[in-house]
Amino acid sequence: MKSKIEGTEIFISKILRIGVIVSALVIGFGLILLFATGKSGYPGSSFPTSPVDIFRGLAVLKPYAVILTGLLILIITPVFRVGISIFTFLKEKDYTYVIITAIVFVILIISFLLGKVE
Amino acid sequence: MITTKVIILFISVLAGFLGSLLGLGGGIIITPALTLMLGIDIKYAIGASIISVIATSSGSAIAYLKDRITNVRVGMFLEIATTTGALTGAFLAGLFSTKYLYLIFGLLLLYSAISMFNKRKQELPKDISPSPLAEKLKLSGAYYDKVLSETVEYNVTGVYGGFGMMYAAGIISGLLGIGSGIFKVMAMDSFMKLPMKVSTATSNFMIGVTAAASAGIYLSRGNINPGIAAPVALGVLLGASIGTKVMQRLKSSTLRLVFIPVLLYVSIEMIVKGVKL
Repeated sequence: MKSKIEGTEIFISKILRIGVIVSALVIGFGLILLFATGKSGYPGSSFPTSPVDIFRGLAVLKPYAVILTGLLILIITPVFRVGISIFTFLKEKDYTYVIITAIVFVILIISFLLGKVE
Repeated sequence: MITTKVIILFISVLAGFLGSLLGLGGGIIITPALTLMLGIDIKYAIGASIISVIATSSGSAIAYLKDRITNVRVGMFLEIATTTGALTGAFLAGLFSTKYLYLIFGLLLLYSAISMFNKRKQELPKDISPSPLAEKLKLSGAYYDKVLSETVEYNVTGVYGGFGMMYAAGIISGLLGIGSGIFKVMAMDSFMKLPMKVSTATSNFMIGVTAAASAGIYLSRGNINPGIAAPVALGVLLGASIGTKVMQRLKSSTLRLVFIPVLLYVSIEMIVKGVKL
């Protein structure tokens, strides 16, 4: 029983590690671009605030859009972690925690949607 | 432009270090430093602070999970309370005078600072028998303590009290827009009698999830300024990875001694805010 829990924790920590390293690399790359070109890619002190605009800027490697992509990866990582945990508890046949984790995941999604409506 | 970013980076390393050590988001360092020292607009400081919370959480969770200090079950179970609390708080916003909330929670923190001071010498909680609900949810756990050089097995009690406290923590983070790491550590330490190290590591695991829930809102409101948030994210990630290594080499009682002044500072700040409003 205990070894299974440890397996879950190590798996979650691997997912986290990938998310964190990728986001740090992308943010770092964006900062280097910013310093190298001296331009943010956007007029004045403005910057994109929606994922669509961010990805549009990323496609042409605007420094601020690259940074924001890295920040988006950072923000998504904890949510992704909760989503993955559902499957690891499912694999362990620990159904109480499948339900608990699924509830947390649904509440997270709801709060994301509410944020958009606001 | 580069100098400011370097200053932000250094402040963020410190915030990530302290945050990962104590299970807090580092917002108590980031927000005042950015607004008071660097004169950055409060709305960007709040956005940077939410990024700091997520970075502290993910950055330190990697190490703590690998070393099995974090109690994933306790974290997931309590996350139900904090996320529903945060939703409730978002709905209640505007209905309440925040003045009394600041006062009530400030006093509550002050009280817990005193009770923590009274048990400052205690290294590990003793003779805790698991409550029936804790047994049913398999909340008890074990971790290897690098300072004591032994595997510490612990039981969990006070599940209802801890759950209620977490719900309240969620509400205030939704209402007041402050991180609730300090309440999370308190709930696990004072109500559920978890070892201090497990409390701070598990709080770290949780704060990122709660913060991620509201990060989308901050992004669409234009609070997350890439020029400020980028050095914060990188600095905090670096600070947090140092903090996790240091934390494991500290005694729980030392950790408590670092936590108490922070608790005092936040409680006094909240009370002052409540009186002023």
